[in-house]
Amino acid sequence: MTAQEQPAETTVLAINRPVNWLEHLVGHDAYRTLKGLATNPVSVIGLILLGMFLFVAAAAPVLAPPVSKDDPYNIPRDGYGAVPKVPGTEWKTRQPPLPFWWKAVTGKDQWVHLMGTASGQWDIYYGVIWGTRTALFAGLTITLAGVLIGVTIGAVSAYYGGAVDMILMRITDLFQAFPFLLTAMTLSAVLTPRLGKGLLAPMIALIVFSWMGFARLLRSDILSLREREYVLAARVVGVRDSRILFRHILPNAIFPTLVLASMRIGSYAITFAGLSFLGIGAEVGFADWGQLLSFARDWMTQLAEYWYIIVFPGVTLVLFVLSWNLVGDALRDVLDPRLQGSR
Amino acid sequence: MTEQQTQSAWQHLLDVRNLETQFHTEDGVVHAVNRISYTMNEGDTLGVVGESGCGKSVHALSIMRLIPNPPGKITGGEVFFRGKDLLQLTDDEMRRVRGAEIAMIFQDPMTSLNPVLTVGFQIMEALKLHQGMDEKVARARAEELLVLVGIPEARQRLDDYPHQFSGGMRQRAMIAMGLSCNPGLLIADEPTTALDVTIQAQIVDLVKRLQEKIGMAVIWITHDLGVVAGMARRVNVMYAGSIIESGPVKEIYANPHHPYTVGLLGSLPGARRDRTKRLYSIKGEPPDLVGELKGCPFAPRCAFRVERCAFEAPVLEEIDSQHIAACWEKANVRRVQ
Repeated sequence: MTAQEQPAETTVLAINRPVNWLEHLVGHDAYRTLKGLATNPVSVIGLILLGMFLFVAAAAPVLAPPVSKDDPYNIPRDGYGAVPKVPGTEWKTRQPPLPFWWKAVTGKDQWVHLMGTASGQWDIYYGVIWGTRTALFAGLTITLAGVLIGVTIGAVSAYYGGAVDMILMRITDLFQAFPFLLTAMTLSAVLTPRLGKGLLAPMIALIVFSWMGFARLLRSDILSLREREYVLAARVVGVRDSRILFRHILPNAIFPTLVLASMRIGSYAITFAGLSFLGIGAEVGFADWGQLLSFARDWMTQLAEYWYIIVFPGVTLVLFVLSWNLVGDALRDVLDPRLQGSR
Repeated sequence: MTEQQTQSAWQHLLDVRNLETQFHTEDGVVHAVNRISYTMNEGDTLGVVGESGCGKSVHALSIMRLIPNPPGKITGGEVFFRGKDLLQLTDDEMRRVRGAEIAMIFQDPMTSLNPVLTVGFQIMEALKLHQGMDEKVARARAEELLVLVGIPEARQRLDDYPHQFSGGMRQRAMIAMGLSCNPGLLIADEPTTALDVTIQAQIVDLVKRLQEKIGMAVIWITHDLGVVAGMARRVNVMYAGSIIESGPVKEIYANPHHPYTVGLLGSLPGARRDRTKRLYSIKGEPPDLVGELKGCPFAPRCAFRVERCAFEAPVLEEIDSQHIAACWEKANVRRVQ
């Protein structure tokens, strides 16, 4: 090639910015996402909150050593009295092992109820700490399962179109027509005698009614992307339809669904807590925020005096949902195709 | 391979016969391509010109069998490519033709590359698909192709995403994709329309140079008559889904016989044009292609029309052995100045 044929624009217009090791490792789009998340104040707050929850969940055995290693999710109780005790009250009966950091910080050998006890002398601190694991597990599992079902149905629906699309979308409509919480409650109540009391029944009930939003969102995104010229270009090259769907269209279409999913994690955790609050979730004494709140039910009229029974689990739950919403919001900003290239 | 035998089995590289494509819409049947016929030889360059909506692109997509169905459907005709009728192939067989034997590039290089896949991935895809290359071999070949189309630092550029390329570079990358399997025919659907003039010239030169090197035939679809003049040997002028005039480029430019061709040539901005006058334009709108057309589709806009044009459609008739036109008054049509 002669110098004359060498296009001038390649040297002038091409973006020749340096690519650092992280971008090289995770690819351009993931790098841009990470960079966007790390520089957006909203997402930074969300990520810090989320990081705290992850830390608490991981460090639960150190923060609140369980009475029995085999059954750490069982909230220890200090007697059976009905009246809640204020934060800082000393443990009297069945005291769990003292965490090592307690003596280092306070110099005392006596373990206390850090956040007080709820009605029935359940220790709120243990419930909050171990409940973080329950909330993360329930929120992530329900959302992941919902996304998997939704993505499958949405992609199949958009890919095959016609009668398949029609049938799948009417089934989706059918599921959406049920009032979410009421139906989930009913299903959970029906499943509990069969599956036993525990996390399984309420989680399955929520999963069954969680996937419709993901399916519709993905389907609509695929339908619009299907008409793009690069899809035609892939067909011109002779790429198989299924490969076009999974390799060319899905990577473009999946982002809005991921954003929705990240926001839903918090809301499914809160719905799960709601089921527990109503007594159709985890069994009594299982570390779960909704369970803790349900212990406060009989003392609602005296919250000025017994504020701690509702404030600690309540604020934790709110912060948990907030953290996922902030992260989801930031993800949406970062991944919004209309903002691409502006960053 | 019985290359030599099959070679003699077909007379033309591409032989389109009475190709007809329709779209079924709520308003009725759109006759997008009406029984067009032409032939092309190996290494030939054919220009297809006409204004927007005249069926240029639909005819190209029909050859590739990429008409969205529904609503579109190829309703008749044959498309012989290297002796086999593309319209009779199974979907799998047709997929092996696309990209390997017939390639296509598009108007807008900004939208025809997938934003979430690297340029290298998109070039290598066809190589792996049609030539069974593994990652390493395909990568080396993709690098070669980028060098061939004039992209510097090709090796690093393979890992770039399309947004890191400029418009001209993207079209070069598209061409690299199209040429990856040495196709016998490249269909270029207005590949320079979205580019600015200097880049246009580079792309035209590039395709010409590569055409000589690979020996492929090119169908160049455009509404830019200037590009066709510099590029093509023959030109098909299309109007309302039909070929209304066809002939060698020089002959068409010097001696047009259809009033529409005359109008198109007359509306060209030229260097020696009188700049105080407004640029000539053909009056009126192209016809609505819904439903059967009666008479000559160009009649309502035609300065040469006679009574007969309103109810009887003209057929393509020879002016000489190379040149055909569909007009009742072709003997009287002269260039407007």
